[in-house]
Amino acid sequence: MDEALLLHRLQFAFTITFHYLFPQLTMGLAPLIVILKTVYLRTGNPLYNRAARFWAKVFGINFVMGVVTGIPMEFQFGTDWAQFARVTGGVIGQPLVMEGVFSFFLESAFLGLFLYGENRLGRVGHWWAGLAVFAGSWLSGFFIIVTDAWMQHPVAFARNAAGEFQVTSFWGLLLNPWALIQYAHNMCGALTTGVFAMAAVGAYYLLEERFLEDARAFLRVAVVVGAAACVVQIFPTGDLHGKFMAAHQPVTVAAMEGLFKTEAGAPIVILGQPDAENERIDNPLVANDVLSFLIYGTTTASVQGLNAFPKQDWPTNIPLLYYSYHIMAGLGTIFVAVMAGAVFLLWRGALFRTRWMLWILLLCTPLPYIANTAGWMTAETGRQPWLVYGLLRTTQGDSQYVNAGNGLFTLLGFMGLYGILAILFLFLVSRTIAHGPAEEVAPGIASGAPVTMA
Amino acid sequence: MLLTWFLLVAIMLAAYVVLDGFDLGVGVLHLFLARTEEERTILIRTIGPVWDGNEVWLLAGGGTLYFAFPLLYASGFSGFYLPLMMVLWLLILRGIGIELRMHLDTPVWRGLFNGCFGISSLLLTVFYGAALGNVIRGVPLQRHGYFFLPLWTDWKVGPNPGILDWYTVIAGLLAAIALALHGANYAALKTTGELNRRARLAAARLWPALVAVTALSLAATLFIRPDLLDNYQRLPVLYAIPALVAGSLFGAWRLGRNGRERAAFLCSSAYLALMLAGAAAAVYPNLLLSATDPSLNITVFNAHSGEHSLAVGLIWWSFGMALAAGYFVFVYRMFRGKIAGKLDGHGY
Ligand code: HDD
Ligand code: HEM
Ligand code: HEM
Repeated sequence: MDEALLLHRLQFAFTITFHYLFPQLTMGLAPLIVILKTVYLRTGNPLYNRAARFWAKVFGINFVMGVVTGIPMEFQFGTDWAQFARVTGGVIGQPLVMEGVFSFFLESAFLGLFLYGENRLGRVGHWWAGLAVFAGSWLSGFFIIVTDAWMQHPVAFARNAAGEFQVTSFWGLLLNPWALIQYAHNMCGALTTGVFAMAAVGAYYLLEERFLEDARAFLRVAVVVGAAACVVQIFPTGDLHGKFMAAHQPVTVAAMEGLFKTEAGAPIVILGQPDAENERIDNPLVANDVLSFLIYGTTTASVQGLNAFPKQDWPTNIPLLYYSYHIMAGLGTIFVAVMAGAVFLLWRGALFRTRWMLWILLLCTPLPYIANTAGWMTAETGRQPWLVYGLLRTTQGDSQYVNAGNGLFTLLGFMGLYGILAILFLFLVSRTIAHGPAEEVAPGIASGAPVTMA
Repeated sequence: MLLTWFLLVAIMLAAYVVLDGFDLGVGVLHLFLARTEEERTILIRTIGPVWDGNEVWLLAGGGTLYFAFPLLYASGFSGFYLPLMMVLWLLILRGIGIELRMHLDTPVWRGLFNGCFGISSLLLTVFYGAALGNVIRGVPLQRHGYFFLPLWTDWKVGPNPGILDWYTVIAGLLAAIALALHGANYAALKTTGELNRRARLAAARLWPALVAVTALSLAATLFIRPDLLDNYQRLPVLYAIPALVAGSLFGAWRLGRNGRERAAFLCSSAYLALMLAGAAAAVYPNLLLSATDPSLNITVFNAHSGEHSLAVGLIWWSFGMALAAGYFVFVYRMFRGKIAGKLDGHGY
């Protein structure tokens, strides 16, 4: 592969992976904050308002990082993927503008009001501002998934003589079945990050014996929502996603599962290392017939292996794809177990004193991030060698006039800058957590003066 | 249809320049206007709740450009690769600067983020101006619609230009002065007392410089690109635009001196919008001029996307922008009025 293309890919992969670390928490926390505000509105218990305020602070820091790392994404289609942008702009330009017009304006307008307008808006008004922020962030996720889903499974388009894609149906593009499944699955993933973060802070406070009341409120909400989200993550959304892929990207599924040869009653590989040169799995631990069952509902169905497809259509990095997929699915299973255990203990009234469970919840914090990143790695490396599946190869999409030297320079620039952002983020969030949800007057300035968020 | 989308993109970019322009201006000026940390905080609070929303105009405008004229987006963004990446880095630094400065109340932390915010704002204004200068001067477009520009070559306007040459440097300077003055008008509108006095003084001092550089850039533009007057000759009513530019400049001075803060701010907004309108009127139907061969120009006719997309786009775009305008009115009303003196120091 030519070096410039490699650098464009690395740059895109690095910046998007880093960006997505933040929106997943934004989208995960937003509904949880709305839940906390709703409980407060209905019961009048100030504990829940304090909890909402505490999480809004974490949300604020996280949001800033999401914004500043999101802006480069919007422009990289042009800078690094000019050929791709040129031929697909007529299609994917649309959800990208819609994201700006329908969700970023909404989110940015109401976040300031939500964070610093509590006194001005009153209880009910503040709840609405929270809801607007939630809606904005989830809409934003939707439009970006529509974009990605079209690349995975192009629909509602026509191609002209110059090879340019054009939308033929507005609703066809927005209601791409792939996008709907992907959205449901991805939003569960974001919610998973949110609930594990909230549960971990609750567990941390309980283990440290600080802010006990608040910690219990965090855990109650996080564990109940979390158990539901983690189950839906696997079934039906993950399962449907897999079936849909088997129908439309069978070669990707074969690579994800490490299935080199077509088999009836195909086994599922639970552990093992794919050896792409010799086309086999080393040290396999397999469950017979399970893959056939998962995909087709019968144990005897034949599943196409990689050997059923021409080599030039195989995903370019089979081991990475295989591991990403297995990490995601493995962690998904662990999350269900952890959350089910926690809900059970909560129901028995024992969660708050079961120290081993609290330790587990605390230690799980990074895992949803890993699972979400691995999920996207699966989706994106699984799409290779195509940019637009089956229609436009990745080698045809990059900016021909931007050479490798420039690509490397800017990649290094992003790495340095993002390293600093990561340090700042961790520093500020740990400070906020150490400070805790202390009692304080509602943020804002004495009546009459404008409230701002600077 | 094509003219409509050309206008929509132009309007969105103008809205970005006018709205984020005053954020950038305040960003530059806070380095000079504020004597104490408290004053600085007041200044930054004038833009605190709105800067992110204002910046979204850049994203939405850039996105609209991508959607309506994919070839321009692909060619321009990859051709201006290096400066655009630097703009992205500066936008990151600016966002971090303004949002994180309140988190710690220590001199080093504050100093770091204040500087970060101020310097990145200043550099952004210069880059934006230079970018516009490049579009007007033209770039070495190749046959397939692409080009690549180094940051600078020999600083001359010729067949082998760089992003920076004497012409685009003038454009950058013009943008820096214009946005600083715009920011000063905004700061005057939102503050009271000593800060207000200093902001007005800054506006008054920047004014002669702005007049001089505006005239200089106009002359320079006609010198390097006399053909830009073609549209004006064809449609003389367009000469109203430069006349209005002069009017808005005069208004900014006169009204500012009389303490009519809101009117002065509207004049500097009009100045920015009209300058862009003048440029747009001159280049249409071209979107990106070739420095060598006019037949290679990227125009609305060869860069647009499909008719169906554009027709349907008009519907959802209008709907979405009406909503967005509604939020803007709401938010600016919520935060209307001047920032009072005493602050309680709440940040994120
Ligand atoms: C907490 C995060 C998380 C967890 C636990 C899981 N997933 Fe997932 N998965 C994602 C987060 C995610 C994601 C980040 O949201 C992805 C990436 C792209 C997408 O749309 O969703 C994804 C993609 C993704 C894909 C590939 C989609 C494509 O190539 O377009 C499949 C087949 C699955 N998932 C299936 C599963 C199964 C069977 C799981 C459980 C056993 C599972 N996921 C757990
Ligand atoms: C709407 C959202 C997204 C779009 C439109 C998108 C689009 C793209 C494009 C254009 C490329 C470059 C071509 C390529 O090498 O495949 C790419 C690569 C990649 N993206 Fe995405 N992406 C999106 C979301 C994500 C997210 C959220 C992640 C990870 C968290 C991600 C991870 C990657 C990775 C790892 C690559 C490199 C894959 C490879 O080169 O093998 N993407 N994506
Ligand atoms: C190539 C792909 C992507 C692009 C072009 C992109 C663009 C952006 C931009 C410009 C912002 C800042 C908005 C502002 O100024 O308010 C942003 C934030 C955000 N993005 Fe992305 N993004 C991409 C990938 C993703 C993905 C895959 C998701 C989720 C599925 C996502 C969800 C969000 C959310 C929820 C926000 C707002 C909250 C936050 O900033 O944390 N983005 N994105």
